[in-house]
Amino acid sequence: MAERTAVLGVGQTKYQTTRGDVSLPGLVREAAYRALEDAELGWDDIDAVVVGKAPDFFEGVMQPELFLAEALGAVGKPLLRVHTAGSVGGSTAVVAASLVQAGIHRRVLTLGFEKQSESNATWALSLPQPFSVSINAGAGGYFSPIIRQYMARTNAPELIGCMVAFKDRQHALRNPYAHLQQQDLTFDQVVESPMLWEPIRFSETCPSSDGACALVLGDEAAGDASTKPVAWIHGAALRSEANNFPGRDEVNPQASRDCADDVFAQAGITDRRGEIDEVEIYVPFSWYEPMWLESLGFCEIGDGWKLVEEGATHLDGGDLPVNCSGGVLSSNPIGASGMIRFAEAALQVRGMAGDHQVDGARKAFGHAYGGGAQYYAMWIVGSDKPTS
Amino acid sequence: MSADPSISPAALSGEVSLPEKLADVEPVRSVRTPIRLEYDFIPGSASSGYLNAFADRKILGQQSPVDGAVFVPPRGVDPRHGAATPDYVELPDTGHVGGFCVTRLPIPGRDDLEIPYVSAWIHLDGADIGFLGLVAGIDTSEVRMGMRVRAVWKPDDELGRTAENILYWEPTGEPDIPVTAAGTNAWHAKQAAAGEPG
Repeated sequence: MAERTAVLGVGQTKYQTTRGDVSLPGLVREAAYRALEDAELGWDDIDAVVVGKAPDFFEGVMQPELFLAEALGAVGKPLLRVHTAGSVGGSTAVVAASLVQAGIHRRVLTLGFEKQSESNATWALSLPQPFSVSINAGAGGYFSPIIRQYMARTNAPELIGCMVAFKDRQHALRNPYAHLQQQDLTFDQVVESPMLWEPIRFSETCPSSDGACALVLGDEAAGDASTKPVAWIHGAALRSEANNFPGRDEVNPQASRDCADDVFAQAGITDRRGEIDEVEIYVPFSWYEPMWLESLGFCEIGDGWKLVEEGATHLDGGDLPVNCSGGVLSSNPIGASGMIRFAEAALQVRGMAGDHQVDGARKAFGHAYGGGAQYYAMWIVGSDKPTS
Repeated sequence: MSADPSISPAALSGEVSLPEKLADVEPVRSVRTPIRLEYDFIPGSASSGYLNAFADRKILGQQSPVDGAVFVPPRGVDPRHGAATPDYVELPDTGHVGGFCVTRLPIPGRDDLEIPYVSAWIHLDGADIGFLGLVAGIDTSEVRMGMRVRAVWKPDDELGRTAENILYWEPTGEPDIPVTAAGTNAWHAKQAAAGEPG
């Protein structure tokens, strides 16, 4: 049996367009420090460090984990880097957890970061390839055809994506760490914002953010010793698939379904919508909320948009609140974005999510995807220790 | 998470004292250093065959030895079975539009593209995966999944060893492929027609 593992501490930086006051080491140090402070631990208590970020060419710093070792307190300790494109923050947390679950380390610091102000991710994602024509305009250009397929399959009303974007921006107002704080935004403004990658409007896309997110994970003894509530890991899973093969279901990829089946089985959950109290899904473009709700089995295939339309995913009054933190649509330091989902799930079940807390949340779901919707990382955390 | 997110942790923002001779120097907050990387691309055998054929107005794919699936562009491997794909297949320059995007922002290096433009997954007749292409010769609002298209090539004297020999894909005017058999659905539709599981 795997060692029971808990999230002991969470640390985030304020997400914003430019953190001009700190260098990359300063940025990661801030998140790591806050996670240790939350966990009431010091640098010496950490046995190993696991970091993740998006591909190196985003900022043009090759293998930044090496020069960040001192800022992360990792000198003389195992330091591991995880690479799974946009899902990396989630994969990094899963890898870090596995080191504790396997009994290799007692306490692990894990961290994801991105300093998008020092890069141009859209065009870093559009590098010309010699065997292809150069017409793909960033992630939006890649995901727009898939969203179009989802809309064609389900006949979902055209404004579902705008409803998701408006909801997440409203949620962000209740999270002081969220990047976008659009107090006066109206639904009509979301609808009227310009089309960039039709059917994706500007307001249905994520911002470019600087930021870092860190977690301190510990074994059962460390979780028991904590004076604060901890988040126990009930399941953690990774899956991947190739991004172009005959018959690939791009809207609902097999790797996504398999990863979800695994993590819910680990957590012993059969009624996904009924048993999960808060969901943090990786939604960089608004339509991915209904698409992932279906793929993750929170509803029947074809019904994801109905949950959005009914308000089921809203923090106020919804039975399945999604992205109460504001989600990726409100803060996107790419390499951290997946870990923020995992961290926010942990904050919810610790009762420490502040103004965006779901009352009485006991189990929460964290999710990240990356690449051409081909890398998946998921975990389920709970207020109570898992029984198995 | 009681900390004010806008304030750096106190322990990280201690006083820094500078040597006296630097006291009046304006602090450097950031340095902008654009970087550039030039490289030569040496294609492997699959890409070489593909790119060379373009100079003769031919589109080459490769076929899986396991299930016969045809890949374009060929990459030398069947990604589902991990099998090498040594055999080339010549494909016609006709097919249909799978998923597509109407892009309304300019992209670097393509100043020639008029905004908006349509980038689409083109599924060639006889191929089992799509590849990217520009769709033109039709109003962007008229483009549909399943729409039949043919390649519009550069003039013969401008042809090179590049996929850019195809300027764009234009509608043929033939009836659309049903959406349920278009794009990534095409493989399953084909397998079902052949009585095999997709």
